Amino acid sequence: MSKHFKLKRGLNIRLKGAAEAVLEDAPAPKSVAIKPTDFPGLTPKLSVKADAQVKVGDALFFDKYNPEILFTSPVSGTVKAVNRGERRKILEIVVEPNGTNEQAEFTKADPSSLSREEIRDQLLKSGLWPFFKQRPYGVLAKPTDVPTNIVISAFDSAPLAPDYDFLFSKEQSALQTGIDAISKLTDGKVYLGVAPNQSSGVFAALKKVETNTFDGPHPAGNAGVQISKVCPIGKGTVVWTINPQALVYIGRLFQTGKLDMSKTIALTGSEVKAPKYYKTVHGAKLDSLTKGKTTEATKERIISGNVLTGTKVDTDNYLGYFDQQLTVIPEGDDYEFMGWAAPGVDKYSASKAFFSKLFPKKEYVLNANMHGGERAFVLSGQYEKFLPMDILPVHLLKAILVNDIDKMEQLGIYEIVEEDLALCEYACTSKIKVQDILRQGINSMIKELG
Amino acid sequence: MKALRNFFEKTKPHVQKGAKYHWLHSTHDAFFTLAFVQKDTSKSGTHVHDYIDLKRTMGMVVLALVPALLMGMYNIGYQHFGALGQLDTAGFFDLFLFGLLKVLPVIIVSYVVGLGIEFLFAQLRGHEVNEGFLVSGILIPMVMPINTPLWMIGVATAFAVIFGKEVFGGTGMNIWNPALIARAFLFFAYPAQMSGDSVWISASGIESMADGFTGATPMAQAVLGETNLDAWHAFIGLIPGSIGETSTLAILIGAAILIITGIGNWKIMLSTVLGGVFMGILLNIFAVNAYMEMPFWEHLIIGGFAFGAVFMATDPVSAAQTEKGKWIYGFLIGVLAILIRVVNPAYPEGMMLAILLMNTFAPLIDHYIIQGNIKRRLKRVQQSA
Repeated sequence: MSKHFKLKRGLNIRLKGAAEAVLEDAPAPKSVAIKPTDFPGLTPKLSVKADAQVKVGDALFFDKYNPEILFTSPVSGTVKAVNRGERRKILEIVVEPNGTNEQAEFTKADPSSLSREEIRDQLLKSGLWPFFKQRPYGVLAKPTDVPTNIVISAFDSAPLAPDYDFLFSKEQSALQTGIDAISKLTDGKVYLGVAPNQSSGVFAALKKVETNTFDGPHPAGNAGVQISKVCPIGKGTVVWTINPQALVYIGRLFQTGKLDMSKTIALTGSEVKAPKYYKTVHGAKLDSLTKGKTTEATKERIISGNVLTGTKVDTDNYLGYFDQQLTVIPEGDDYEFMGWAAPGVDKYSASKAFFSKLFPKKEYVLNANMHGGERAFVLSGQYEKFLPMDILPVHLLKAILVNDIDKMEQLGIYEIVEEDLALCEYACTSKIKVQDILRQGINSMIKELG
Repeated sequence: MKALRNFFEKTKPHVQKGAKYHWLHSTHDAFFTLAFVQKDTSKSGTHVHDYIDLKRTMGMVVLALVPALLMGMYNIGYQHFGALGQLDTAGFFDLFLFGLLKVLPVIIVSYVVGLGIEFLFAQLRGHEVNEGFLVSGILIPMVMPINTPLWMIGVATAFAVIFGKEVFGGTGMNIWNPALIARAFLFFAYPAQMSGDSVWISASGIESMADGFTGATPMAQAVLGETNLDAWHAFIGLIPGSIGETSTLAILIGAAILIITGIGNWKIMLSTVLGGVFMGILLNIFAVNAYMEMPFWEHLIIGGFAFGAVFMATDPVSAAQTEKGKWIYGFLIGVLAILIRVVNPAYPEGMMLAILLMNTFAPLIDHYIIQGNIKRRLKRVQQSA
């Protein structure tokens, strides 16, 4: 049943600073936080006040419109602060660990012997439910839905992404228990997408999944791309996605009856002295990971996640909910004289208009500069090269800009989320904010059609 | 360079909204961004952006146009001294310098008028100045006969920029290729000055032309049934014609630059040539007069066919936007250009009209390709469900 999909379209941006396969313990963070802003469309309601004592697995906040979806604390300790932004929007709920790891109690059981409802309730109560993302739209999965299929991508193809086989090398039994649990939630299949080099390793041995191979450049590792190949969705079909890290958490929960949200992340990027892997905890404060580890040669931009879809953060900010990597690149807020006309030997480009094209193996330092001003759509055929799906991205974006719901639906808005078009935004000559526009379209779809 | 940057940075506050020189804001911004890639960094979305921008893209197109422009300048001198019968005595630099001095004012008029209007509209709309006119501003002179009066260049450029582009919302929104709008405007508004045999050669004040010299373009001759073309001269560009269109060789160099850098679309170029060849062969087969009997390949090296295929049809904004659509669009341009050329004796050059016509139909072609995509995807979802 296993299929091999050869994907031609896409791009691996050759960035400098990939993590070496070395694992170290990061110092325990002084605080951890859960950020409601990691979930598009979520309206959080607090379950705790500042100074409350929480155990691992105690709820911090919940979804106002689906109150059974809880977001729980990954550590035991004191709720130190609820940080708010404009219009009192909740940005982060900060917990200061007390180091005891006191646990809220959950059921310890073999998921194969549990019913769908028991598994669902345990995931909701423990705060692991939010790891399910629903397609279409890439929003929180609804507990009342039964998805047609669940799709897991077993590799991350994004720039400088961590190697999942290294990250989860010791987690095979937790991964399997996690799959046993989630497979109860769908009547369809659990699809696992692997890269060609994963034919051996932890993911190759997993059971109760249908494994397909996706051979190609980024975004081959995106769940959206894999869904479009194995179980395309249209109006009315719901598919869930979940990442392997969440499977590990779920597996540990059912194996031990405890919530254990310790994780491994990759510290990457050209401004990191020695890029490698660090053991830390979910939502850790970033100074525990970056302090003293960057070159500080120039003004730095720290990104929770990868350079395409990650979030810009400061060292007093926190690791994102879904992020398994930190990337540090130069900010690049300098003027460059006649930069657009330079030959560009050192300027990596997806286009062929720079001499860097002559060095197809070299790794490059990329900064966060825009390299040009925003313009209307001028060139055509540029986006299609980076999206291995049968979708016309520019026409979809134009439908969004004129808010034409019918056209958005017809042109495939159900099938993609921001990360799938991130490469288009990177390569865009007109510097169009593709991901922002797409989210705007998804928001109107949710508003109009629910 | 630091002094220049300081100047721009110091003057910036004076052109901000509310300041005294706000009306210069677009102009200041245009020159500042031309001289320096700005320090703005990504605020949302992807953190890294490609080094390519519209300035680089348009700069590449201008670079690709340079060989054809230089060759055009030389050819103007060549035709001039040819008309005088002095080719033996005039040297290479005499020829080139003569052409340069003739062409330079045309380019200056085109840029000054066009950019002036662009800056004005950018200011009114609160946009940044778009780089599109960097290319249009050089394309307009290159499609004009050398004897076009400068005031007509100015009027045509203004018409093209305002009615060909700005009324639709600026670069990226226009339906037709602005440079061809300028050419078409002159052709239909001033037919007396824009046709005949005298406009192609800069020979004003020449009383007696050398024997046998007519100044007619090969196409005008072909219409009359004189199809004894000197193919080598036509290929390297030593024939009468618009400023930039004569040298197929120089245009091919430009095409190579556009294709290697990926800026120009090879699909459109190739399909246009295929369309032209197809129609040429068809006409050869059913030939009833001398023009129809002219070998099909000669169509590719005379008139504006090569120039249009490489630089005009490929304008990404007015061309078809879908990849399949580009094949259809280009092929039909080739077919129509040769058809209009040969079958319509009133106007020997069909390329301009063929491209403008297909510009008009490009959205229709795209529409059917998009509908095809929608249907195909719907079917796929139904199959998997």
